[in-house]
Amino acid sequence: MSKPKFAMYWSGSCGGCEIAVINIHEKILDVDANFEVAFWPVAVDAKVKDVEALADGDILLTLWNGSIRNEENEHMAHLLRRKSKLLVAFGSCATEGCVPGLANLSPLSEIIDTAYTTLTTDNPNNIRPQHVTKVPEGEISIPVLKDRVYTLAQVVDVDYFMPGCPPESHQIAAVIDLVIQVLQGKAELPPKGAVIGAGSSTVCEDCPRKRNVKSIKAFHRIQEIAPLDPELCILEQGIPCNGPATRSGCNARCPRVGAQCIGCYGPAEGVVDYGARLLTAFASVIDANEPEEIERILDGIPDPAGQFYRFNLADSLFRAGAPAFKN
Amino acid sequence: MSEHFEPVIIGFTCNWCSYRAADLAGTARLKYAPNVRLVRLMCSGRLDPTFVMKALSDGADGVLITGCHPGECHYVEQNYKTLRRYLLLRRLLQGMGIAPERVKLVWASAAEGAKLANEINSFVEEVRALGPLGWPQKLAGNVKEVEVAA
Repeated sequence: MSKPKFAMYWSGSCGGCEIAVINIHEKILDVDANFEVAFWPVAVDAKVKDVEALADGDILLTLWNGSIRNEENEHMAHLLRRKSKLLVAFGSCATEGCVPGLANLSPLSEIIDTAYTTLTTDNPNNIRPQHVTKVPEGEISIPVLKDRVYTLAQVVDVDYFMPGCPPESHQIAAVIDLVIQVLQGKAELPPKGAVIGAGSSTVCEDCPRKRNVKSIKAFHRIQEIAPLDPELCILEQGIPCNGPATRSGCNARCPRVGAQCIGCYGPAEGVVDYGARLLTAFASVIDANEPEEIERILDGIPDPAGQFYRFNLADSLFRAGAPAFKN
Repeated sequence: MSEHFEPVIIGFTCNWCSYRAADLAGTARLKYAPNVRLVRLMCSGRLDPTFVMKALSDGADGVLITGCHPGECHYVEQNYKTLRRYLLLRRLLQGMGIAPERVKLVWASAAEGAKLANEINSFVEEVRALGPLGWPQKLAGNVKEVEVAA
């Protein structure tokens, strides 16, 4: 009996998700034992035409990491959607846009200018990438950037969402175990649209630090507070910690080692807009009632859009900042 | 911009003060601009910033938040939380390139029908001056001009 097919693809992303998959160590052998790797550009030499040649729905499981940044990403998303029974938005970029999604705060022209003309770029002829270039052998082309960064689910139908930047390896291993058990008839798949490989509460729920009634007189950057109290809630110490709005699943990895949560697991269960939830959490614990005093305290959060949407902008209610529509 | 731009404004009112102020304005036959669609909450502190973002991203041009005067909240101190969220929300909107003036917080007691009517009228004119936000059209790629907050 032939093994079911597995695929993994990357689009607008950093490659960290791929490393997280490799980080499951010997578990990767279970993937090989139970699946035929049909397509996984970072690990296996299969071509897009090999995928095109497959029957629709022939791939059982596709893990897609990366945002939809250009036309090629979108084309591949449609192709792999068609060829896959289960398409998983894998990691923060695919589920919510992640750091690439912050590009949605700027016009496309500005992003390209920054990449090709700033001081650190040696580009004396002011060359810009062209969609189509003529060479002696004919025409070659590169994909066109989309107007803004999209999440996978904004482009194609997605079966499951697996958050994290990157997803924690023990969570990946657990999901792979689950799929194998489903194949063996020992377990059932979660309902379509479910968030898998994560908890349903917040990072605070998993955080071992002591919590009291919070009352914040000033926000600080973490390097300005030394030493940090090793046992007290980081937010209570005035460091903007994104734990209250962020989905559990990482076992509060960052707060445990003295770093604030930056929100890579995305919105907790039931949160409509990540930034709105976090904004509510921060504003509620500010210990001031006079507008001037509140404003002074808020000066400690110098970049609210970055603070509240570092990972989630492309999936927020606004999807983008107004300048992104300037193109 | 259309010459006949009528702003769509969502107004969130507190059950104990500003909703009654709006009622009072009606009873007193005070006229105010019909651009505001009022939504009654039990307290301005119930106003999740999500509501404001949802309104603006779904097509509203402005959002009016009204609550009891500081110190007079029916739930003791929730309107202070509203104030803090409002001030932080304005900063977030600014960071997103959306004019923070599109969201306004007004304190109005149940006796201040005339004040509320005046505030609504002036806010409608302020938003009219800012022009349409048109977020759904922006997302659909139909609008090319941009608004950048000062």
